[in-house]
Amino acid sequence: MTQADFFTDFPTILPLTLLTVWACVLLLVDLFIPKERKGITAFLAAFGLALTLSFTLMQIGEEKTGFKGMIVLDGFSIFVNGLLLVSGLLGIALAYGYVRRMGLERGEYYTLLLFSVTGMMLMAQAADLIVVFLALELLSIPLYVLAAFARPKVESEEAGLKYFLLGAFATGFVVYGTALVFGATGSTNLSAILAFASDNSPGLLLTIGAALILVGFGFKVAAVPFHMWTPDVYQGAPSAVTAFMSSGAKIAGFAALLRVFATAFPSIAIDMTDIFWALAALTMILGNLIAISQTNIKRLLAYSSIAHAGYILMAFVPYGNPEVAPVSIAAGLFYLVAYALTNFGAWGVVIALEKGTGQGLELNDYAGLARKHPALAAAMTVFMLSLIGLPPTLGLVGKFYLFRAVIAGGFTGLAIIGVLTSLVSAYYYLRVVVIMYMRDGEPETERESFLDLTTMATAVATVVISLVPQFLFAWAYSATLKLF
Amino acid sequence: MEFLLQPLTLLTFFPLVGILILFFIPREQKEALRWTALITSLLTFGLSLWLLGMFNASDPNLQLVAQYDWITVAGWNIQYYLGMDGLSILLVLLTSFLTPISILSTWTAVEERVKDFMVFFLLLEIGMMGVFLAQDLFLFYIFWEFTLVPMYFLIGIWGGPRRIYAAIKFFLYTMAGSILMLLAILWLGIYGGTFSVPDLIQQGNIPANIQWWLFLAFTAAFAIKVPMWPLHSWLPDAHVEAPTAGSVILAGVMLKLGTYGFLRFNIPLFPEAAVRAAPWIALFATIGIIYGAAVSYAQADVKKLVAYSSVSHLGFVMLGLFALNSQGMQGAILQMVNHGLSTGALFLLVGMIYEQTHTRELKVYGGLWKVTPVFGTIMLIVALSSMGLPGLNGFVGEFAILLGAFGSQAIGNAWYAAISALGVIMAAVYILYMFQKMFLGPQGEIVDDVKKHGHGLRDLNWREIAIMVPILILIFWIGLYPKPFFTLMAPAVDQLVASLSSVALR
Repeated sequence: MTQADFFTDFPTILPLTLLTVWACVLLLVDLFIPKERKGITAFLAAFGLALTLSFTLMQIGEEKTGFKGMIVLDGFSIFVNGLLLVSGLLGIALAYGYVRRMGLERGEYYTLLLFSVTGMMLMAQAADLIVVFLALELLSIPLYVLAAFARPKVESEEAGLKYFLLGAFATGFVVYGTALVFGATGSTNLSAILAFASDNSPGLLLTIGAALILVGFGFKVAAVPFHMWTPDVYQGAPSAVTAFMSSGAKIAGFAALLRVFATAFPSIAIDMTDIFWALAALTMILGNLIAISQTNIKRLLAYSSIAHAGYILMAFVPYGNPEVAPVSIAAGLFYLVAYALTNFGAWGVVIALEKGTGQGLELNDYAGLARKHPALAAAMTVFMLSLIGLPPTLGLVGKFYLFRAVIAGGFTGLAIIGVLTSLVSAYYYLRVVVIMYMRDGEPETERESFLDLTTMATAVATVVISLVPQFLFAWAYSATLKLF
Repeated sequence: MEFLLQPLTLLTFFPLVGILILFFIPREQKEALRWTALITSLLTFGLSLWLLGMFNASDPNLQLVAQYDWITVAGWNIQYYLGMDGLSILLVLLTSFLTPISILSTWTAVEERVKDFMVFFLLLEIGMMGVFLAQDLFLFYIFWEFTLVPMYFLIGIWGGPRRIYAAIKFFLYTMAGSILMLLAILWLGIYGGTFSVPDLIQQGNIPANIQWWLFLAFTAAFAIKVPMWPLHSWLPDAHVEAPTAGSVILAGVMLKLGTYGFLRFNIPLFPEAAVRAAPWIALFATIGIIYGAAVSYAQADVKKLVAYSSVSHLGFVMLGLFALNSQGMQGAILQMVNHGLSTGALFLLVGMIYEQTHTRELKVYGGLWKVTPVFGTIMLIVALSSMGLPGLNGFVGEFAILLGAFGSQAIGNAWYAAISALGVIMAAVYILYMFQKMFLGPQGEIVDDVKKHGHGLRDLNWREIAIMVPILILIFWIGLYPKPFFTLMAPAVDQLVASLSSVALR
């Protein structure tokens, strides 16, 4: 690598490098922080994320590729990275009091979280299937560890192991798919694949390779039928980890899928559209139907997370139609923001009610919350409304955007499935509200300032941004426009 | 921020001021909470009267328009667009009129969680007002769905024994219709490039077969809300389980959101489909009229009786709307107001007696006329108004509707009107049956029962009379001199009918 290369390449991964170095240094610094003051590590980690966020935001408007086209920096990656960094911050804010209360306060928690965010960011910037694979591993391995963080609790260890085994399996699919794509096109670079596929008629091998990559990511984003691990892992992992994992891994997984499919595989859109259609429909239907019978809030949110993967998958269905694709991908991005904010808030409430002994996670433990802590119950109501897709919340705006893209693409049938499953979801989300407001009980909650702040801030954001979504719309749209 | 000072914005969002104040009043100070909510809703009513003063009745178009760009990126063209015309002004007034009355009716009926109750009630008013004023489909949909949330809480927290079941049923039922409408709205937005209703009507080039599907999707939302037979099964549960104030608003205003939706969206946006559907809607409306009346008569519970009578009355409104002529539509709009007043008043009266007796079983009542003469007199007037006695409000509306339906080219068959006229007679049967059971005949066991537990049944107190008097005034006013009400809506209705005949009845 010449010096000139270095100066053009390096800026593309500047925030990424910063965060990696910060995480490594934090690992060392943590050794000198006394055991009872691990809060300092949390603050340092959060500072690192904030610093990286500011660098990322400074890159807005830049458009570069580096490292021989393996890394790309564009509006899309900046949008997604911004969202990921905010997720990381929210993840730390939720974890801060929780890990202490649960006796999990160890410095590595925050370092691992930072590494995972690094992997996610790399995912959003990957312009080569090899880098996608690297990023996938980098984001997943810290998450496997985090899922098992509450050792020696059996559930947590089970969650970690299960997540690891299935995650490794999924990664295998991605690698195998990558190999087939390489075999079909002679390259792993996304733009080279596109160029090859548009010059030559794409063979079956390419389609199979792409489908295998989709399977691998299907595991990561918890799409049916690759969702089996989700409820157990979400339930077994410490709640703060689940909160981060369910948003962060989804954002990163979908970001990679969006980029890979939109930039490399438009030529096989005819085949893939049906597959995406079926995946989205299955995921929405199954996720929502199974959620009905859940009595544990963590499992309920796990199935809700599966169902929302289905909604986001809808954004892929029209990806082969160049008229609609930018809008639909922007809709997918917007929905990810809506889902991440809402999801963090909802998990914040779950964490507030979870007791040190692991109790407080049944739906019935929420009885009487509205009387005892009206603000917390109101916030939870906002999140539930947002997950259903009712006004005045981001969830409605997100669904509006998404369904519009799908209808514009000519897939009205899928949109009908989407709204009908939303109706089903209203049933179980409302049950949480019913229990909070209409049943009597004496719920015990942990009040902790960062937790409260996160919950309230996300609730307010969920409502306020839904009333003035213009800027986020515009940003998401310009982020995807450049992708094409 | 200019849009904040628009008269219609002020009217819609004024209750927010009250909600903000409510947040700062401690939960224990129930009186202060009640007064704050009452004064807020009275001021809102005042605002609506002020707007009535600014309203030019001879202009058929939207007035006091507030129109601003809201979300305009990536092919979106969503506006913050409020406007009021002859089709909506009476319903706006009805909303702001019934809200303070309902709040006043909760004075002693709601003792628990007064603060939450008032917050939800004022939120509901914002939602309803917004539905009547929104002229952009996206904005409309937000208000439309939003009304579900506070009503769901009102039923679910302060309702009767089966409240949770009723609340969820209400919510899911109504949402089921709305989401289909959502898809139709999205389709319209993509097709027309705008969500503004007047613009979409102006463009008016939707192919007939697509119109039909969109019409059905909108109908799904509105027919459930009205509710039209056979989609009415949520109504008895919700009405019976809701607290009195909730029932009043549910029957008085929220059902009209459905009929108003037909008037504002279905008919002007899809005129050809509307003409095509008119005979079917007339059929369902007629079945609803007869069915509602028959089932009312069979009820043992007063509140259920009143609830089912709504199915019958709203059938009249639907029949009038889809007569698609001026008489029918004007009658329908007036009947929306009438039903709001009469049925609202019936629910209030039932609530007042229930507060003392804690039962609504018809069979335990009887001979109340002697015990509570003022209550009896007011009940008689309201009952007569509800069954459409000439000289009272119900007659004017129903007469105009039947007249319209008889001469309707769109329905094309006078039998519907003829059979519906039977509904008027049946209304007399069930209403008088109820009145007779409760007020005439030998004294019912409830009178003694109440006596055993205290000082016996009392007549209406001043607060309760104060609630009823404004309604009674309007009942007589509309019954004896309906002209000002027709004057307000006539130009807008005539314009709508004229546009229909130019498009669809050619």
